[in-house]
Amino acid sequence: MKRLFAKLAAIVAVGMLLNASPVLASSATEAALAADPVAEKRLTKLSEELRCLVCQNQNIADSNAELAQDLRREIRGMIKEGKSDKEIIDFMVARYGDFVLYRPPVQGNTLLLWLGPIALLIFGLATLVAYQRRRAERVAAEDKPLSAVDAGRADALLKELDNK
Amino acid sequence: MNRYYWILGGFAALVALLAVGLNLNPRDVPSPLVGKPAPAFTLSQLAEPEKSLSPKDMQGKVWLFNVWASWCVSCRQEHPILVEFSKKVDVPLIGLNYKEVRGDGGFDMSKMPAEEEKKLAWQRANRWLSEHGNPYKLTVMDLDGRVGIDYGVYGVPETYVIDKSGVIRMKHTGPITPEVLAKRIMPLLAELNK
Repeated sequence: MKRLFAKLAAIVAVGMLLNASPVLASSATEAALAADPVAEKRLTKLSEELRCLVCQNQNIADSNAELAQDLRREIRGMIKEGKSDKEIIDFMVARYGDFVLYRPPVQGNTLLLWLGPIALLIFGLATLVAYQRRRAERVAAEDKPLSAVDAGRADALLKELDNK
Repeated sequence: MNRYYWILGGFAALVALLAVGLNLNPRDVPSPLVGKPAPAFTLSQLAEPEKSLSPKDMQGKVWLFNVWASWCVSCRQEHPILVEFSKKVDVPLIGLNYKEVRGDGGFDMSKMPAEEEKKLAWQRANRWLSEHGNPYKLTVMDLDGRVGIDYGVYGVPETYVIDKSGVIRMKHTGPITPEVLAKRIMPLLAELNK
């Protein structure tokens, strides 16, 4: 049982590692980066939080789609105007909706998304534990010493084998 | 036996979940702008560049706002439907020409002066409308796509239905099909014009 949990933990850990992919800086932003490293750092951080709506599985930091470039330009402008991160994110959500957030907010219609996997994991573990317990009980119940008659027959069979 | 019903039930639930989930269109992103006032802008008109248009000029009318560009392939698909619509229905259709030159992808914008971009944009947009027909009461030009961003445009064509008080009542992303027009847009226009 202990070994099984260790295995599960290992699988979960590997899964987490695979999800945390490294962030690639595109060469187009490097010139701007030199100009104002602090602003560009904020731009990169913000664009990683925002989904590119054209190529939906990329954030706007990684995407080279036209719209992503436009949105990076908008964010750069807002940083220059001294807008806070929250103001910038709110600007995007007001136009493109929660969908633009790579990390969906925890709210009524996203509860299943956030809690679903945990619920499934708990359900799976509970089923596994219940099954293991029932099996252990069954094995224990069946694990009775042989009756005198059966023991006699077994001995006889063993002897017969030895004589051969 | 009981246990098999459980497994069968679980499988049926999974199939139902996938059947619903896989039939959703991931491109159909609900717009947060529906129910909100149409974002303000002042843009030059295509037909008369010295004149501009703002959404507040349309106050008191139900109108359609359609985002298009000559480089947009799907716009070609919906265009005949718009032309037909403009002939039959007395609802103003305003065009938003979105990034006519920049969106094309075929130009090096870092080398193009603003004046030339403007000239080229007007030229291309006018040519496209004279080739394919002009269903628009008028078109305004969004050269750099800033107004597009305010309207949450992410895939041209897009169409907005705006009511008499200037509130966006519906947004359709992608080309308008006869079905969308008949089932969603026409009933809404009738209701809003009551």
